[in-house]
Amino acid sequence: MRFLDEFADPVLARRMIEQIKATATRTWTLMEVCGGQTHSIIRNGVDTLLAGAVEFIHGPGCPVCVTPLEMIDRSLEIASRPDVVFCSFGDMLRVPGSGRDLFHVRADGGDVRVVYSPLDAVRIAADNPAKQVVFFGVGFETTAPANAMAVVAARERGLRNFSMLVSHVRVPPAITAVMRSPRCRVEGFLAAGHVCTVMGTAEYGPLVERFGVPIVVTGFEPLDLLAGVRQSVELLEAGAPALRNAYPRAVAAEGNPVAQRVLADVFEVCDRKWRGIGEIPASGWRLSGEWADFDAGRRFAVDDLEVRESPDCRAGEVLQGLLKPHHCPAFGSRCTPRSPLGATMVSSEGACAAYYAFRRLEVPSGA
Amino acid sequence: MPEISPPDQWSCPLPVRAGERVVLGHGGGGVLSAELIEQVILPAFGGAPAGGLRDSALVDVPAALADGGRLAFSTDSYVVAPLFFPGGSIGDLAVHGTINDLAMSGALPLMLSCGLILEEGLEIDTLARVARDMGRAAHAAGVPIGTGDTKVVGQGHADGLYVNTAGIGVVPAGVEIGPARARPGDVVIVSGPIGEHGVAILSQREGLEFGTTLRTDSASLHRMVAGLLSAGIDVRVLRDPTRGGLAASLTEIAADSRVGVVLDEAAVPVPDAVAAACGFLGLDPLHVANEGKLVAVVAPDDADPALAVMGADPAGRGAAVVGSITDAHPGLLVGRTRLGARRVIDRPLGEQLPRIC
Repeated sequence: MRFLDEFADPVLARRMIEQIKATATRTWTLMEVCGGQTHSIIRNGVDTLLAGAVEFIHGPGCPVCVTPLEMIDRSLEIASRPDVVFCSFGDMLRVPGSGRDLFHVRADGGDVRVVYSPLDAVRIAADNPAKQVVFFGVGFETTAPANAMAVVAARERGLRNFSMLVSHVRVPPAITAVMRSPRCRVEGFLAAGHVCTVMGTAEYGPLVERFGVPIVVTGFEPLDLLAGVRQSVELLEAGAPALRNAYPRAVAAEGNPVAQRVLADVFEVCDRKWRGIGEIPASGWRLSGEWADFDAGRRFAVDDLEVRESPDCRAGEVLQGLLKPHHCPAFGSRCTPRSPLGATMVSSEGACAAYYAFRRLEVPSGA
Repeated sequence: MPEISPPDQWSCPLPVRAGERVVLGHGGGGVLSAELIEQVILPAFGGAPAGGLRDSALVDVPAALADGGRLAFSTDSYVVAPLFFPGGSIGDLAVHGTINDLAMSGALPLMLSCGLILEEGLEIDTLARVARDMGRAAHAAGVPIGTGDTKVVGQGHADGLYVNTAGIGVVPAGVEIGPARARPGDVVIVSGPIGEHGVAILSQREGLEFGTTLRTDSASLHRMVAGLLSAGIDVRVLRDPTRGGLAASLTEIAADSRVGVVLDEAAVPVPDAVAAACGFLGLDPLHVANEGKLVAVVAPDDADPALAVMGADPAGRGAAVVGSITDAHPGLLVGRTRLGARRVIDRPLGEQLPRIC
């Protein structure tokens, strides 16, 4: 496929792999922050091809995985109401709450719909004035601008029956949290290219300074990943941590100013709980005061939830790079995609799901 | 078995007035039912069977049965939405699907049945279009629709209409195609580009545009299978990779035959538009449904002749060797990635879900 095949060229990839291996004098530990990168690494076997030069530690950048259980349970409760049409991206539907998931709500009669854009949910609200339409606003900086635009569009259309359950999260505070962990082994970060497409790179310079680690903005195709890894290894070998952009065809240093303005208008930064990790200061967005009337959390009072996380699930350690998925005692036995203990085994970007799907040749699986 | 005249000689036009709709009475077995069958469905299918309408179709015993052949019998239900999509409809899909299910056993299809479940309020013109598509597909395949049934359910109880087709066919003596017959060293062939049907349906259902109009690949494959058999090719396993896509078919072969299947990912023909749509939605083309493709496991020496036979069939353009059978990892489908690494390829748990970002 033009414009994409070029970035999966096996001959070039081989050459880059050899370059990286020739450069590395020891095994460096890199964390890819984004779950999309995790899956691309595992799916293409990049980690096995670079064994000895780089160990990949999988980061917390899967929005489905880190959406707190309370928020999932709240979504289930709201979606169960007979006057509600609950709209979500597809991969939230199978995420287990304390008891069930959105698929079960739908099977029990709830009107749960998969949408491909938050604007689809706005259109559904316009078409169903007698219903309350709730959109599950989940994601990192990548999806947040479009979700913010949906709120703007709903106000412009005068819709009183549209609201959003917001659980947006931000990457830089997550990097801070990872680096502050006393058990942290990360020596360099591959920053998520899509996130930087929106936000630019300005937030990452201070992190390089503060923690003395290289951060390289990286894309998702095999050659994009290898380019990011190569620059990271070069910086590590030189002992010169710096911020680099290995994804210049998509990422400009200033990001997308229009998207940033919408974000700044509609959302405000807040402390946010991450599933399996806990609260990270300034790591989330909520609707700002001027837009609070679109907050589904306010419109639907759901306070008396009893949250029950599986005590066997160690997804939090996986998300912080402290545990490899297959080192979890429950992996592949008590925890599989069919009966997951946590979201990392469910999400299309989850690290546990990636290992289960692609790595059963090398790693043990009781399933 | 009734002979079918070509569609241009059929007794259409249909006596359907614009705006007419299916009512519950059309399923009551009375005059309305009879009119629906006689005026809408039978003309679309090419007329009533020879010998008139009975409670069951009569099928002459083919010579192949007397010579040691076996009957093949298959059924499938079609609940696809929307009813019409680029390149096809639920009607031709229902005909092709059951013919292909028979063909994957090496059977020569003899006759189909058609069960229709209609939702009250369905436009009769819509039913007529679906029935016409079924008639045309059956005629093109040379397989008559010999018997059928119609039911009407209340509004909200069906998605417009559902179709069930069943079919019988004959597997000639000596043909042994089965899911457990793959052997290490065998070659895996796919009969053409994958993913077109699933993406065409998705684009129509969700109103997504991908810059290219993808059409379903829906087609009958029994002639291609007959061609393989008559060329003397040792066909070990045949599958049509419908729901679950190529990955599901190959993992089933690995499980049933207790062998490993190696898929050379770079060799799998994926149209650009399918790859782009899947990339956009976070889907894997290997999991996307097809309706006019087959996967064949053949003996190593038969790969080239099999490709030649497939390439001579309109439904076999773009056929390619995509993998092989191994004893290295029994029960597993393993992909050789473009970069030369290995990964396990599994079936999706249920529906594939578009991702957030």
